[in-house]
Amino acid sequence: MPAPEVHLVEAIWRAEAGKVTARLVRLVRDVGLAEEIAQEALVAALERWPVTGVPDNPGAWLMATAKHRAIDELRRARLVKAKHEILAGETEIATTPSFEEDADDDVGDDLLRLVFVACHPVLAREAQLALTLRLLGGLSTAEIARAFLVPEPTIAQRIVRAKRTLVEKQIPFEVPRGEDLGPRLASVLEVVYLVFNEGYSATAGEDWMRPALCADALRLGRVLAELVPAEPDVHALVSLMEIQVSRTAARTGPDGEPVLLLDQDRSAWDHAAIRRGLAALVRAEELAGARSTAYVVQARIAACHARAPTAAATEWPRIAALYTALAAVAPSPVVELNRAVALAMAFGPRAGLELVDAIAGDPALSGYHLLPSVRGDLLAKLGRMEEARADFERAADLTKNERERAFLLERARLCARRS
Amino acid sequence: MQFMIVINTDEKAQAKATVEQQKEMGAAYWAYSDELKKAGVMLHGDGLLPTAKGARISYKEGRRVVVDGPFSEAKEVVGGYYIINVKSRDEAIEWAGKCPGAQHASVELREVMVFPG
Repeated sequence: MPAPEVHLVEAIWRAEAGKVTARLVRLVRDVGLAEEIAQEALVAALERWPVTGVPDNPGAWLMATAKHRAIDELRRARLVKAKHEILAGETEIATTPSFEEDADDDVGDDLLRLVFVACHPVLAREAQLALTLRLLGGLSTAEIARAFLVPEPTIAQRIVRAKRTLVEKQIPFEVPRGEDLGPRLASVLEVVYLVFNEGYSATAGEDWMRPALCADALRLGRVLAELVPAEPDVHALVSLMEIQVSRTAARTGPDGEPVLLLDQDRSAWDHAAIRRGLAALVRAEELAGARSTAYVVQARIAACHARAPTAAATEWPRIAALYTALAAVAPSPVVELNRAVALAMAFGPRAGLELVDAIAGDPALSGYHLLPSVRGDLLAKLGRMEEARADFERAADLTKNERERAFLLERARLCARRS
Repeated sequence: MQFMIVINTDEKAQAKATVEQQKEMGAAYWAYSDELKKAGVMLHGDGLLPTAKGARISYKEGRRVVVDGPFSEAKEVVGGYYIINVKSRDEAIEWAGKCPGAQHASVELREVMVFPG
């Protein structure tokens, strides 16, 4: 187990890796080589800082070390090229490159270019995720593998292939313009939100949450909000993540078991995160104007919960209306299921159950454990304990998360006792 | 008394180390450097870049000969050093024995020739 100081290096690296790698890509024009050099800078820090201590400005240290290596690399490459040219009978020898021009300029543009390259549509979604965490999040292959519970070689291969694809397809290192920007940005936001969700409700494994992934996603989101400040969805996504993450401490009980939103101790919510989330929502709404995007509506729903001082004080009719708005801009059976929950809370379990039963046949929900879980909850509220028990057991069978399974089986047991 | 703890490393093994292994190594050196500093014996220390970055210079019949690294014929090369200030040779051996490099490859202890003034 590494010492706390090494965790400090990891934390610094996670904060700086994106900037360092982005600048390197611009210098060497090759994502693979840039990543390699960035790693060397990290290793140099791991070798040097233990002896000399962490420098006053570790980010600048890492950047300077990486640039040095990049310049070395380019000189070497030019030298090789020049030697080949001499051997080939060509007389012109390339001069030493000059890097003066990029000494102090803003690294933000490079960072933004790198985000769009890592989430480029020529890459499969899982490759985008791995590459984003690797290049921008500063996670090692092993850390990404642990986060997604996938064997390390799988992730390593995904990253190698993704880098090869970027070279083969000659993907330019640039920010998309005009009509391209919208869909490309949407793809970036989706990747960030997927990372967040994997951390917020782990789809598999023994832990209910993996907060480090949430933190990575939130950090990427905040950086994006600075880089593309005029895009409402970026602020809405940050708002949504801030508000969701504010509940972290309240979401698990003493033994790591999940605690549902309405049962949470609201004094344990992170109110600073909520304030940041609400502020981001205000910015998103100002920028969106009359347009209602899916992220804005989701952030409004999260904000509605965050503003309620107690679970009983939740404005359910408003939340139900927001889910109706969400279904209009982003129709999906999962949204319908959430709308059913809100309807049940606003107008009674029968109203919710009606909608649940209406969507139960949707093939997209056939393996989705939350459908029987919600249905079981509504049935239990209506006193139909035997049916509720069957639904909770079905939900327990379907979930891959151990914590959630235990929780659902417990609810099934309680229903059996009261039937 | 001043001693130099010369840390020998196996460059080939180190080049193959994963970042995770580097982190473990970093943690070990961090703890060790801290201990040296807390005991007030550390004067200086640093790591050296791989021999690929270095060169060997000698003279053959009056002509300077520069051989660029890496020095692949050597299994172990100097990878870093500490200079410590202690009361006895035994104490220096104690400290050198605690150096993480002693576990990974080997360390060599040399007394520094300190001149008055």
